[in-house]
Amino acid sequence: MKLSIYRYNPEKDARPYMQDYEVQLEHSDRMLLDALIKAKAQDDSLSFRRSCREGVCGSDAMNINGKNGLPCITKLADLPQHVTLRPLPGQPVVRDLIVDMTQFFKQYHSIQPYVVNHEAPPERERLQSPAQREELNGLYECILCACCSTACPSFWWNPDKFVGPAGLLQAYRFIADSRDQDTAARLDNLEDPYRLFRCHSIMNCVDVCPKGLNPTRAIGKIKDLLVKRSV
Amino acid sequence: MSVHRVVTGSRNGLTDWLAQRVTAAIMAVYTVIVLIVLLGGPPISYAVWKDLFTQGWMRVATLLFAASLCWHMWVGVRNILMDYAKPEGLRLALQVMTLLTIAAYLGWTLHILWR
Ligand code: SF4
Ligand code: SF4
Ligand code: FES
Repeated sequence: MKLSIYRYNPEKDARPYMQDYEVQLEHSDRMLLDALIKAKAQDDSLSFRRSCREGVCGSDAMNINGKNGLPCITKLADLPQHVTLRPLPGQPVVRDLIVDMTQFFKQYHSIQPYVVNHEAPPERERLQSPAQREELNGLYECILCACCSTACPSFWWNPDKFVGPAGLLQAYRFIADSRDQDTAARLDNLEDPYRLFRCHSIMNCVDVCPKGLNPTRAIGKIKDLLVKRSV
Repeated sequence: MSVHRVVTGSRNGLTDWLAQRVTAAIMAVYTVIVLIVLLGGPPISYAVWKDLFTQGWMRVATLLFAASLCWHMWVGVRNILMDYAKPEGLRLALQVMTLLTIAAYLGWTLHILWR
């Protein structure tokens, strides 16, 4: 199989270039990440992130044949013989397939990604009913891989002002949490023209999420709450 | 992250978003009404057309439609400018131009309707 991989080492290269690798697949190679690791065995200057190799850490997100995804859970069987790999779009490249995620995590932290509760903590834990817990399904599973936000045109144009789909999904995750008491402040934080309302429901985020989550629906629910509290 | 106020001609994203939806609904209703009137009535001639627009309700409805269209346009064009026109000075200039153009169109509509 042939891999064309984006290469860029800012210390050595004047500009990025594409490099081809021919890798011999074995029977035990199931995922694209296996092929990438083979390519790295040929050329150890090739750099990419990976850790869990099973779709739970979110570190190996990249652009695979034009679509963001996780090589560790992308089946080789579903790919053509020639695969082009590029770093996540719109982010500063640190080296090869590794991008600088600072902006992405800044936006994530800006929504206060933790439960805020002003009451004294109970002896053991704050309980939820099964129905309340149900509300968090489809939200808590996010692994912060950034596939969605870096596929979102609104995030490309305004990464410093627009929270992006990943951050907004998490914003709703805490708004929807029965143990959280900060809903009003959370909504205030998203009411300006940029932080949430740069989303134009393009739905690229839904298209790429490797965990099958739906940030657009979460954004819609936040909009509903904003409307409800203002009428 | 503190929220830096940027010159956008907008203070609250929710208001714009709601306005865009409400104005879209008004335009849709007007379109349906006009279609019904045109298809259900006698064949269109200049006299029929003129008669239609001398009626007060039609004038008011059309004005409402035009105002909705203008507001809708303003939110939409400003959205585009917010995304793509990065230098604040340039954006401000383009926004002022947009507003003036829209105001001119609205004035013209008024003039046509009540002439
Ligand atoms: S919503 Fe999906 S694509 Fe976005 S960061 Fe979370 S897991 Fe990744
Ligand atoms: S739906 Fe919104 S957040 Fe998702 S890709 Fe489109 S603009 Fe971005
Ligand atoms: S290596 Fe952890 S998600 Fe792919």
